[in-house]
Amino acid sequence: MDFLNNGGDPIFDVKDLCFAYNDQISALDHIDLTIHPGEKLAILGSNGSGKSTLLKILDGLYFPTSGRIKAFGQDLTEQALRDDRFNFDFRSRVGFVFQDSDAQLFMPSVWDEIAFGPLQLGVDEAEVARRVESALLALHIEKLRDRPPHQLSGGEKKRVALASVLSLSPVVWMLDEPSAGLDPRSVSWLKDFILAQGKAGKTVVLSTHDLAIVEATADRVYVLDEKHQIIAESTPGKILSDRSLLIKANLVSK
Amino acid sequence: MSQSSQPAHSKSRSGFIERTLVDINNTLEQSIFAEKIARQKGLLQALDPRLKVIAMLMLLFAVSLSHQLAVIAALYVCALLLAAVSAVPLGFFLKRVWVLIPFFTGIIALPALFITPGPTLLSLPLGIVITRTGAMTALFLLLRVGTSVSFATLFVLSTPWNNVLKAMGILRVPDVIVLVLGMTYRYIHLLLHIANDMFLSRKSRILRRMSGAEERRLIAATSGTLLGKSLQLSSEVYLAMESRGYRGYPRTMDRFRMHWFDWAAALVVSFVTAAAIWLGR
Repeated sequence: MDFLNNGGDPIFDVKDLCFAYNDQISALDHIDLTIHPGEKLAILGSNGSGKSTLLKILDGLYFPTSGRIKAFGQDLTEQALRDDRFNFDFRSRVGFVFQDSDAQLFMPSVWDEIAFGPLQLGVDEAEVARRVESALLALHIEKLRDRPPHQLSGGEKKRVALASVLSLSPVVWMLDEPSAGLDPRSVSWLKDFILAQGKAGKTVVLSTHDLAIVEATADRVYVLDEKHQIIAESTPGKILSDRSLLIKANLVSK
Repeated sequence: MSQSSQPAHSKSRSGFIERTLVDINNTLEQSIFAEKIARQKGLLQALDPRLKVIAMLMLLFAVSLSHQLAVIAALYVCALLLAAVSAVPLGFFLKRVWVLIPFFTGIIALPALFITPGPTLLSLPLGIVITRTGAMTALFLLLRVGTSVSFATLFVLSTPWNNVLKAMGILRVPDVIVLVLGMTYRYIHLLLHIANDMFLSRKSRILRRMSGAEERRLIAATSGTLLGKSLQLSSEVYLAMESRGYRGYPRTMDRFRMHWFDWAAALVVSFVTAAAIWLGR
């Protein structure tokens, strides 16, 4: 039985979290936040507001300077992630799609890229092959299977990055600026993908400054300002209709 | 500035940037072209890369052991035939093999023409003599190297780079080395693209010829920026690996499967190797 079982409690519970790069440059200031199972949550903020850093903390890649973060009812700390069992369960459940697909796609071929995650988590080879084929089909990238990532277009890279996470079958998707640099058709397809994950009962957390994607996909929104603090939390309708709030967060110009 | 002085001026100015851009583009183009050949339909492309590694080593062994010029020449003809049935353009293949060989092997082979004792083949002024034995020795060396390089080139051209690396597993190269080499190859491309963009952006803003000191400063600044970018990227890549469960010791998967034609090819290569060693002894 899975030990990371939190029942109906929030999947993530963040209390009074602060983070500073090199203990000097503040990136997040006293953040309180909860994420519930099955919701599609957007973290909205301008460039440099700290939303990507927050997402990396939620994925256990960075650790807070102060404050606390709980994931699936357990403290998410560097020490906890050193434990094999905790690490396995956490990494199997949470998938992260990086803003820069070139950072995410490090393997020499698309097939190897999609197989990388399940292989590291100890999934047996027959199951890895099945998951890779299924992810290739789901993202419509069967023809790219043997291509090296450096020969792909931006939209194709994003699909491969999503496939590389889909093969982990995560229950939580973290998407860092997913629409950045994509053409309109790819953005439209991405919105459908996020909505489909939501319908399948997955939790989706996306960090963005793209108001259109928030409106189309999110159930709830947190707004980060340029002082790295949360200044609002509400539904997309209320947030996006509050022009003074959007100006304050530098999400629209005066 | 007069109109007439424009072409000469623009040709000489920013020559260093132009040359760098040309070199970067050539490297990228060559790699894309080689990858294109590796993905064509052909005899060698259809074979298991692990078999190709072993077959290449066996043929190199046969070439090295053979003492008969005709046998080495026959093996070279085999390499040409393999290129022809593997969609490798002959001109490109010959150029790739023979352009550099005279520079490296030729320098080594040249003295053999004069210093090897034997019957005279050709007398030159100043009492310099080319001996028949010396000419044969030089010919042997050139043909041996040319044939060996041809087989190695065929292997690399007919196999996508990631499969070349993976096939090294059969030679007991550890998984972590294969992974690191694969990532290196992948990110060299990305950094070349970044460098290309940096030089293009610099080129678009240069209005006059750069001095030597300015060029050196540009090289230093570009190198520094690229180093910074590569450090930042390597940190992000590590996070991306960690996020998908990587914990310092990679697990990889071998997708290669031997089919009947791989076994048939293995038999043919074994026969050719044995015959070449026997006939060339």
